[in-house]
Amino acid sequence: MFDWLFRYANPARFMGLSGALLPWLWSAALLTLATALYLGFSAPPDYQQGRTVLILFIHVPAAIMATNVYACMVVASLFSLINRHILADVAARTAAPLGAIFTLLALITGSLWGKPMWGTWWVWDGRLTSTLVQFFLYLGYIALWNAIEDETRAARICAVLALVGAVNIPIIKFSVDWWATLHQGESIMSGNLAGPFLVPFLVMMLFYMLLFVCLWLTRIRTLILERRLRSLMGAA
Amino acid sequence: MIQSLTAEKLTVQRGSRRLVENLSFTVKAGQALSLEGANGAGKTSLLRLIAGLLPAGAGSVTLHEGDTEISEPEERGKYVGWLGHHDALKASFTVSEQLAFFSKLYGREGDEIALLGQVGLSRQAELPCRYLSAGQRRRLALARLLASRRPLWLLDEPFAALDTVGKALVARLIALHCGEGGLVIAATHESLGLSNETLRLGNAVLKL
Amino acid sequence: MTPFLALLTRDLRLSVREGGGAVLALGFFALVATLVPLGVGPDLNLLAKMGGGILWVGAALAALLSLDRLFQADYEDGSLDLIALSPLSLEGAAFAKIAAHWLSTGLPLTLLSPILSVFFGLSGSAVIALTMSLAIGTPAVSAVGAIGASLTLSLRRGGLILPLIVLPLLVPAVMFGAGMVLEAQTGLTNGAVGFLAAFSLAASLLSPFVAAQGVRLNLAG
Repeated sequence: MFDWLFRYANPARFMGLSGALLPWLWSAALLTLATALYLGFSAPPDYQQGRTVLILFIHVPAAIMATNVYACMVVASLFSLINRHILADVAARTAAPLGAIFTLLALITGSLWGKPMWGTWWVWDGRLTSTLVQFFLYLGYIALWNAIEDETRAARICAVLALVGAVNIPIIKFSVDWWATLHQGESIMSGNLAGPFLVPFLVMMLFYMLLFVCLWLTRIRTLILERRLRSLMGAA
Repeated sequence: MIQSLTAEKLTVQRGSRRLVENLSFTVKAGQALSLEGANGAGKTSLLRLIAGLLPAGAGSVTLHEGDTEISEPEERGKYVGWLGHHDALKASFTVSEQLAFFSKLYGREGDEIALLGQVGLSRQAELPCRYLSAGQRRRLALARLLASRRPLWLLDEPFAALDTVGKALVARLIALHCGEGGLVIAATHESLGLSNETLRLGNAVLKL
Repeated sequence: MTPFLALLTRDLRLSVREGGGAVLALGFFALVATLVPLGVGPDLNLLAKMGGGILWVGAALAALLSLDRLFQADYEDGSLDLIALSPLSLEGAAFAKIAAHWLSTGLPLTLLSPILSVFFGLSGSAVIALTMSLAIGTPAVSAVGAIGASLTLSLRRGGLILPLIVLPLLVPAVMFGAGMVLEAQTGLTNGAVGFLAAFSLAASLLSPFVAAQGVRLNLAG
C-alpha cells in the first residue's frame, strides 16, 4: 500500500527529489504570502474588530498548524515504529520544533489579539488553553529527544511518546472544553472569518502549509547531510 | 529439555553500531560455549540478543525442544538463566529475602536454604545485601541463577570479583549444569575449566 | 505466590525501606498544602475556592516525585533484565509496578487529603468529594506516570524530564478531579465523576502495554 512512498524513502532518492522541489515550493510559498497580505489589507476593516482582525489571519492558521504538524509527527512516528525507517525518524524529529514554533506563534498572536478585544493578555478560553497544553506536549517531546544519546533509540522512544500524546490530545481537548464551560467561559475565540475575509484567510492557510513543508524538507535534508558528514568524518 | 541452540547469520547491532556480522554457531545440550573478545567486541550484546532482550539486526537464534522450535525473542527468554554484569541486589533486602523474591518471580519455591549452602552463603542468610562483599554478592547472584532452574545459562563474566575458591565454584556449577544436560554460553576472559568450545568475537574466529 | 504478587510485594517493601518514597511524597504534599496559604494569604473563603484544585495539583506532583525511579532503579542494578526474563510478561510486570506505586503513594496521599483540606476550610461534602476524586484519579497518575518512567528509565536526568512529558498528559485528570470538588461546592452536576473514572480506568488498562513497550525499547539499547 505504501510502496510508492518507500520508493522515495531511500535517503539518496529523497535528497534528489526534495532538492529539485524545494525552489519551486519556496517560490509558491512567497507568492501565496504576497497574495494573502494583499487580499487581507485590501479587505474592508471588520465593523467590530477593525484592523485587529488581521491578527486573526496570522493566528488562526498558526493554531490549525499546531495540530496539523502534530498529526504529521504522529504519522512519521508510526512509520518509525513499524518500518524502522531512518527517514521517518528524522521526519518526526524535525517536525516537533516547527510545530512548537507554530503553537507559540498561535499563543502570542492570540494574546496580541486578545489585548484590544478583551482588555487582557490572556484569557483561559478553551481553545487557548488546549493550545497551551499542546505547546507543552511539543516541549516534552523535544526534551526527550535531546536527552537520549543514541539516535535510533531516541527515535523509537519518542515515537511512543508521540503516539501516547496523539491518543491523549482529543481527551485533553474534550476536558478543556468541559472545564471552560464549567467556569462560565464562553468561546470568545470563535473569531468569525466569513464573508470578505474567507478568501484571504484560505490563501494565508495555504501559505502556512507551504511554509511548513519547505521548512520541514529543509530540516530533514540538513539532518541527513549532517549524518553523511559524520560518517565521512569516520563516526561508527 | 532443550536439545540445542542454533544461531544463524546473526548481526549484532547496538543502536546504530554494528558489532558482529554473519555469525553462526550451535550449542548442544551438555555443552558450554565461551565467548572471547576485546572489550566492546559485542560479547554482552550477543548474550542480550540470545536472551531475547536485544533484537537481532539480522539472522535468528532458535532453541530446539523436541520437535518444537522456539525463536520468538520473548519466548526464548523464558528458558534463560541470566547472570549479568550487575548483581541486581537491593541494599535493604536480606540475602534470603532477595533469593526468595527471585524464586517466586520465577515460579520456583522452596529450596533457598539449600541453594545458599551450595554457594557458601548460609551464614549470611539474614544479612542485608548492603553488607555483602563483591564476591559474596556474586555468590548470591549464582544462587539466584541456580534457583531459576532454567536450561540455558547466559553468563556475563561469571568469574568477575571472585577469589580462587569462588572461581572453582563457578567452574563446578557450570560442569554440573552441563552434566545435567543444560547449555551454557559465557562471556569470559578465563577458561571455563571444561573441554568447551570458544567463540572469538572481533576477528570472527570460531575455534572448535 | 504468583510472580505478579511477588513483584508487587517486593516493590511495596522497597518503597517502605529504600528512600521511603511514600513518606517523602506525603511530606511534599503536606508542604505544598502549607506553602500555598502562606503565599496566598489566610482568607479561608478564597482558600476554600482554590482548595480542590491546589490539593489535586499537589497530589499529582507528589505522586510524580517517586515515579522516575519506578523502572530506573531496577534498570540500573540489572534487576529489570531478570524481570524481563521471568515468566511474568513485561505488561504484567508494568501492571504490578503501577499497582505497587499506587498502593505506596496514591493511596496514602488520598488518605492524607482530608486532613490537609482543613488548611483550606473545605466543607464536609467538598472534603468527601476530594477524597473520592483522589481515590478514583490517582491510579491514573501512577499509570500515565509509568509510561513516562518507562520512556525515561535509562536517562541520568530522567527525573527532570519525566514531569515535563507526563504533566500535560495528566491535564484531564486534574480538571476532572478538581471538578468533582467544585460539584460538591456548587451543587451543580457536571459529570466529573464519570469522566474521571473513565479516564482513570482507560489509563490503568492501557498504560501497562505502553510502559512495557517503553521498557522493551530501553532494554534493547
